[in-house]
Amino acid sequence: MSLIKRVVLDVLKPHQPNALEFAGVIADRHSGCRVKITVTEVDEKTETTVVTIKCNDIPYEAIVDTITGLGASIHSIDEVEVSSTPQPEP
Amino acid sequence: MFRQLRFLFQLTHAHTIARRYFVTNGFDGALTMLGLTMGFYSSDSVSTPVIISACLGAAIALTVSGLASAYVSELAEREKELKELEQAVVGDLENTAHGRAARWVPILIAVVNGFSPLLMALLIMTPLWLSEAGIALPLTALECAIVTAFLSLFMLGVLLGTVSGQFWLWSGLRTLIIALITAGIVLLLGS
Repeated sequence: MSLIKRVVLDVLKPHQPNALEFAGVIADRHSGCRVKITVTEVDEKTETTVVTIKCNDIPYEAIVDTITGLGASIHSIDEVEVSSTPQPEP
Repeated sequence: MFRQLRFLFQLTHAHTIARRYFVTNGFDGALTMLGLTMGFYSSDSVSTPVIISACLGAAIALTVSGLASAYVSELAEREKELKELEQAVVGDLENTAHGRAARWVPILIAVVNGFSPLLMALLIMTPLWLSEAGIALPLTALECAIVTAFLSLFMLGVLLGTVSGQFWLWSGLRTLIIALITAGIVLLLGS
């Protein structure tokens, strides 16, 4: 079984909540996760961001629910880092 | 639940709208009560229960008006904003924080808009109730209600001054002057 250690997402979000609040909500709901948001483009009603999440085991589906629940949409998974769990010795 | 509601308020910047409606409609309620009490003061002696009924009727009408008008107008605005945002993100936002805000924020704004004049009216009517309850007052019940109305309007001005960063005394005096002008016009027309 593999563990998702790091994921970089291309996310389109409304201006509210702002990047600080957005990152805070993700971090609050998923303890142990480090969240970094870079705003790359801003237009009238939305901003394009790069969301980087690091954790021992990222609960990806739950994070998708949190992000979409805040009115944002995930356009793509740009980077992913996965680690396999060590296999028990026979 | 309060945390959720506070989050929805912050999401939509509705706290500034709520504050504006609180002051605006609070002002309406206080000036209406001032007008009524000044009208009764300038007429032949009217019994306190009649004054209470008239003031309560006006307060209820202002409350219902505030609730209904704010709910309908805020709902329309929030739905319009939600549709525009859905077009921008190319997705359905019904089950997101923005969708919940579009449903709940109009209710919260309507409550503030409706109950602020009621709160001011009940405050101004307090001396009338105290008098009916047999509690001794420094002036007549109507005079105490009028003084309470002036004080309430002054305090609303002070609140506005605090919000805008102006000196509280000038802001309070400004609303007090408006109250005095209103009282003067009612006395003039009533005499």
